[in-house]
Amino acid sequence: MIRLDNIVATYTTQRGQVNAVDGVTLEIPDSIVMGIAGESGCGKSTLMKVLYGDIGFPLSLSSGSVDYGLVNERGEPVTTDNIRSEWFRHISYIPQSSMSSLNPVVRIRDQFVDFPATAGRKKEVLAQVRDFVQKLGLPPESIDAYPHQLSGGMRQRIMVAMATFFQPEIILADEPTTALDVVVQKSILLLLLDLQKEMRNTIMLVSHDMGVHYQITDKMLIMYAAKVVEYADTDDIFQSPLHPYTLMLTNSLPTIGDERARRGLPGSPPSLWEPQVGCRFAARCPIAADRCRQEEPPLTEYQRGHFSACHFAGDVAALKESMQAGPSLSEVAHDTSKLMLDLEADR
Amino acid sequence: MNTILKTQGLNKVYSLGSFPRTIKVQALDDINLDIESDQPVIVSLVGESGSGKTTLAKVILRLVQPSSGAVTVAGHTVAGKGTRPNHNEFLRTVQPIFQNPFEAFSQHRTVDSYLRETAERVGKLHKDAAIQAVEEALAAVGLQYSDVRGKYPNQFSGGELQRASVARALIPRPQLIVADEPVSMIDASRRMIIINLFMALKEEYRTSFLYITHDLATAYYISDYIAVMNKGRIVEFGDAKQVLSQPQHEYTQLLLDSIPRLNSRWVERRNPTTG
Ligand SMILES: Nc1ncnc2c1ncn2[C@@H]1O[C@H](COP(=O)(O)OP(=O)(O)OP(=O)(O)O)[C@@H](O)[C@H]1O
Ligand SMILES: Nc1ncnc2c1ncn2[C@@H]1O[C@H](COP(=O)(O)OP(=O)(O)OP(=O)(O)O)[C@@H](O)[C@H]1O
Ligand code: SF4
Ligand SMILES: [Mg+2]
Ligand SMILES: [Mg+2]
Repeated sequence: MIRLDNIVATYTTQRGQVNAVDGVTLEIPDSIVMGIAGESGCGKSTLMKVLYGDIGFPLSLSSGSVDYGLVNERGEPVTTDNIRSEWFRHISYIPQSSMSSLNPVVRIRDQFVDFPATAGRKKEVLAQVRDFVQKLGLPPESIDAYPHQLSGGMRQRIMVAMATFFQPEIILADEPTTALDVVVQKSILLLLLDLQKEMRNTIMLVSHDMGVHYQITDKMLIMYAAKVVEYADTDDIFQSPLHPYTLMLTNSLPTIGDERARRGLPGSPPSLWEPQVGCRFAARCPIAADRCRQEEPPLTEYQRGHFSACHFAGDVAALKESMQAGPSLSEVAHDTSKLMLDLEADR
Repeated sequence: MNTILKTQGLNKVYSLGSFPRTIKVQALDDINLDIESDQPVIVSLVGESGSGKTTLAKVILRLVQPSSGAVTVAGHTVAGKGTRPNHNEFLRTVQPIFQNPFEAFSQHRTVDSYLRETAERVGKLHKDAAIQAVEEALAAVGLQYSDVRGKYPNQFSGGELQRASVARALIPRPQLIVADEPVSMIDASRRMIIINLFMALKEEYRTSFLYITHDLATAYYISDYIAVMNKGRIVEFGDAKQVLSQPQHEYTQLLLDSIPRLNSRWVERRNPTTG
């Protein structure tokens, strides 16, 4: 079990300090695939950096720490303070836009064997790497190439290979398949899942694609404006969400064969530079009430393993029903006033 | 019936490297599209990465010269050997919307001055008439001239700026708008606002769209027709709902099988809490 205890992660900029992750407390069971979703800028990548222990200027921890539920070679518990010594061996990280984060002037094989974990065993490790990439459907010679000589899909497989080679207990993957076409995306996600099944490690996956979350995650964390707003088993996130934002996120995009008209969620999250009062989603929430604008909703376990931060979690099911009873695509397709309903509010 | 978009034997070969080690890439391989309709239409262009979608868009927009073949938009020949359309007439025929709205505008100019200049140049309008044209185009995308005035691109949200770039494309009142991945950089929760706007503009401005995307679900939602590309060729073309529910070509089927859908999982999963 990985435990996060009131994590506050702060960036220091010329303008001052801003909390990009603001009070996150969580328990993540072992050997699951956990998805993280939410609007651009809500703090997903920052949370991943905190989990990796990659904390350094301009990012700092103003509060809290992570307990990884592991012990190190000296028998001490692994926490934020000492996680860096476990990099590669026990925890690995595929950063966002990692397609371009491979060093362009270094052959792939040298990027593999330059990990601290392989010091002094280059030859032996290289032979293992060749076997391993072959198992992942790449030609063994691909590790002799420079990154630009490989296609986007191959580079992404190499990243997956690097992140899984040492069989770490924890793998962090930030948007690992963005910018790939769906055919290549599927093959990489299935590869990750296969490896996870075999190694039984914990994978944390950031994606903006709710379909990807539905297909491969066991649990999901939904973030909004630096806060966790919902945390539950993936089926519950999709079937019976307890936060209006989650509902909007899973219901705003169309699916093939569904003839329902869809509407976006107008407006944007509040600026994190302003002091926050009440619920951060209130300005965009269709069921916001006065209480929401005054009192911050705490993250509460409404059902076993199902957490939501909403004063009116019990009303979300009815909101879902009303959305599903909305007009059909053919009813709005020629009605410009209906098609343009959200434009006024979208600032 | 009017010809909305027609391509005849369109080819584009890129040469990479220098002699004698040049590599040739056939980005477009004999593209023959013929879209005729009395009503404006939305045509989606989907397919694998590197299959030639952006190249086709650039040829239609005269940003890339085809190696052979020709393109006709709304009866005007816009691309092909020796084609030199009248500049203003071309701007009233086809307009682009790009993926990244922050690249479509100069960071050092206010958005409204850019829009006014477009109106003055294309419509040969005087100042007041140009402002009126800009006001109309902004209203069509739900923005007000008074709110936009004096603001630089970095003072807009991504969604707002993308709408301003749609307004810019509308000012010449073009017959066809070519939109290359116009919503892929916009948050999922707000993407449908732009998609619905395209449908509204098809009605209100009678503009046709060529919508290039990796997202087959939004393609299903807005388009009348769809073209599927693979390795420089159009492998399937037809009514969008028909093609996406009964794909005929093997590659279209593979594409549809690979969408991460919100039902029927690729592999089984468990629920950590309830088992
Ligand atoms: N190096 C930095 N310095 C200052 N602020 C930063 C820095 N990196 C991120 N931020 C800010 O912290 C907030 C959270 O950013 P983060 O990258 O975690 O978001 P995200 O959820 O990963 O977004 P995206 O979906 O766009 O990747 C944003 O407001 C962002 O502007
Ligand atoms: N300027 C160029 N010089 C050489 N080759 C090019 C050039 N532009 C594109 N190509 C090649 O032409 C082919 C088609 O590229 P294009 O950008 O049209 O694909 P696409 O379908 O838009 O891909 P994506 O879905 O990734 O955007 C690719 O093999 C690409 O590498
Ligand atoms: S607390 Fe109120 S404003 Fe916030 S999500 Fe719940 S209902 Fe909406
Ligand atoms: Mg991020
Ligand atoms: Mg492209």
